[in-house]
Amino acid sequence: MMTIRKLCLCIVLIATVAGTALAQGSGISSGYPTPRNGFSVSEQRGHGLYLRYCVLCHGVFGDGNGDNAPFIDPKPRDFTAATFKCRSTPTGTLPLDSDLIGTITRGVQASNMPSWRPLSDENRQDLVAYIKTFSERWKTEKAGEPIKIPAETPVTIESIRHGHELFEKMECWKCHGQQGRGDGPSASTLTDSKDQPIRPYNFALGRNDSRFKCGSENQDLYRIFMTGVDGTPMPSFADVIQPNDAWDLVHYLRTLQTGRRSKENDVLKAAGGASTLKAPENKSENVPPSDSRVQAHIGGH
Amino acid sequence: MRNKKILPAILTLMLCPCLLFAGTVSGKVNYTGTPAKPKPIDMSKEPSCAKQHPTQITTETVVAGPNNALANVVVYISAGAPDEGQVPAQAVTFEQKGCQYLPHVLAMHTGQELKVVNSDQTSHNIHPLAKINREWNKSQPPGTSPLSEKYDKEEFITVKCNVHPWMRGYFAVLKTSHYDVSKDDGGFKLPNLPPGKYTITAWHEDYGTQTADVTITGNETKDVAFTFKAKAY
Repeated sequence: MMTIRKLCLCIVLIATVAGTALAQGSGISSGYPTPRNGFSVSEQRGHGLYLRYCVLCHGVFGDGNGDNAPFIDPKPRDFTAATFKCRSTPTGTLPLDSDLIGTITRGVQASNMPSWRPLSDENRQDLVAYIKTFSERWKTEKAGEPIKIPAETPVTIESIRHGHELFEKMECWKCHGQQGRGDGPSASTLTDSKDQPIRPYNFALGRNDSRFKCGSENQDLYRIFMTGVDGTPMPSFADVIQPNDAWDLVHYLRTLQTGRRSKENDVLKAAGGASTLKAPENKSENVPPSDSRVQAHIGGH
Repeated sequence: MRNKKILPAILTLMLCPCLLFAGTVSGKVNYTGTPAKPKPIDMSKEPSCAKQHPTQITTETVVAGPNNALANVVVYISAGAPDEGQVPAQAVTFEQKGCQYLPHVLAMHTGQELKVVNSDQTSHNIHPLAKINREWNKSQPPGTSPLSEKYDKEEFITVKCNVHPWMRGYFAVLKTSHYDVSKDDGGFKLPNLPPGKYTITAWHEDYGTQTADVTITGNETKDVAFTFKAKAY
C-alpha cells in the first residue's frame, strides 16, 4: 500500500513541476492563456505581457485599434504594417530590435505611449519578439543597415548661422514654422499614413527636460533627419544633406528651444542673439523674409 | 552584302515566331453617369508653382474627355502575361513640375528602376503610401539629383507630397510590361501579344477595377471596351 501511495505522490509531484515549467515557458506565468501555437518561448512570454500592458491601446490584432484607440491622439502604432517612427535604419526599412526596445523603454513624447522602464530587460525583449509576429515582413525582410552618425562638430555661431540657412533652404519652416513652433503654412493640412491629422514638432515648447519623440540628445535629432519618421509627413534627408550640414542644422534647431539651457543658446546669446542670424543670399521668391525671431510669423494658421 | 542584311532578319524571325503572330488588344475606356466636378487647386501658398499655371488647375481624380472618355485608367494583363519576371532595363520617370505629378498615374514593372525628378524651385517630399511594398518618405529639395527606387511587389500605390497637400499621384506596380494608361480620348493599346488567353484589367483610382477575358489566336486586333460608372461625389 505504501509503495502505491509513494508512486502516486511522485506522479503528482512530477506533474506539478512539469506543469509549472510548461506554464512558465508558455507565457501562462503572466496569468494569461496562450491560444496561438507556433510561438517561440520569448514570443509566448511577450504575448502574455502584451495582453497585460499593451492590448488596450494597440489591440488584440496589433492593428492599433484597441479599446482606448478612439480616445487617443496620435493613434497607437499599427504593428501589422511594420512601419515604425523611431529607427536607426533608413526610411522604408525595418528597425533593429534595439530601436524597438528603445521606444518601449523611453515611451513616446507628446503621445499616450508611456515609458516602460519599470519592466525588466527580458520583458521588453519578449514584447519586441511578440510585436514582430504581427507582420510577415519580419520573416521576409532583414532590418536596415543603421545609419552612421559621425562625431558632432563644434557648436559655433557660424555653425548655427549655417543651420539657419539650411532651415530656410530645405524649407523645414513650411511645416515647423519660422520659429519652430509647428505652425508653418502646411502644418494644418498634414496627415499621417492613416489619414489622421498630425502636428509638426513644436521646438519652442522645449524646456530643460525636453525630449523628442525618438530621444533627447543631439545625435537623436541628427538621426531623425537621416531616417525620417516613417508613417508621418517627416521625410528622410539622408540623400540630400551632408553630415556636417546636418550637425549645423541640429545646432540651429536647439536655438529654437528658447526655454532650454543649452550650449547652442549660450553661443547664440554671446554672439548677439537671434537677430544676428542673417537671411541667406539668393533666396528663392517663395522663401519668406528671414530673421524669424523678430518678425511676425507669416505662414502659420 | 545583301545576304549580310537579310540573314539577321531571317534569324530573328526564326527565333521569335511570336512576332509573326503578335496580336493586339485595343479599345477605349468610357464612363456612364455624371462624374464629380474637378475641384480647383489653390497654389497661392507656393508662388513658384502657381506662376507656372496661367489657367486654373484642378484635381485629376477624374479626367474626362469628349464622348464620355475616361483618361488615366491603367489597362494591363493581369493573367496570362507572357513576360512576367522580364524586368525592362530602362527606368520610368516621375516628375514633380508646377507642384503636380507628371504623369498623374505612372505604371511600371516590378523591379524596374523608378526615377523621381524635382523640376520645381521648391522642396517636395515624395511619400508613396505603400501597403504591400515598403513605405518610405524622402525629401527632395530643388536642384538635387533624381531619386532612384524600385518596388518588388504588385501594388497600386498612392503618392503624396505632405508639404503640398493638393499633390496626389499613383504608382501602378505590375508584374508585366503589357500595360497602357488610357489617354484623353480613353484609348489604350496592348500590342505584341502572342496567341493565348488573357485577362485584361482596367484600374481607375476612384472607380475601381474591371476585367475582361480575351483570346488571341494569331495576327489580329481584338477590341475591348471598359465602361465605368461615374461617382457623382
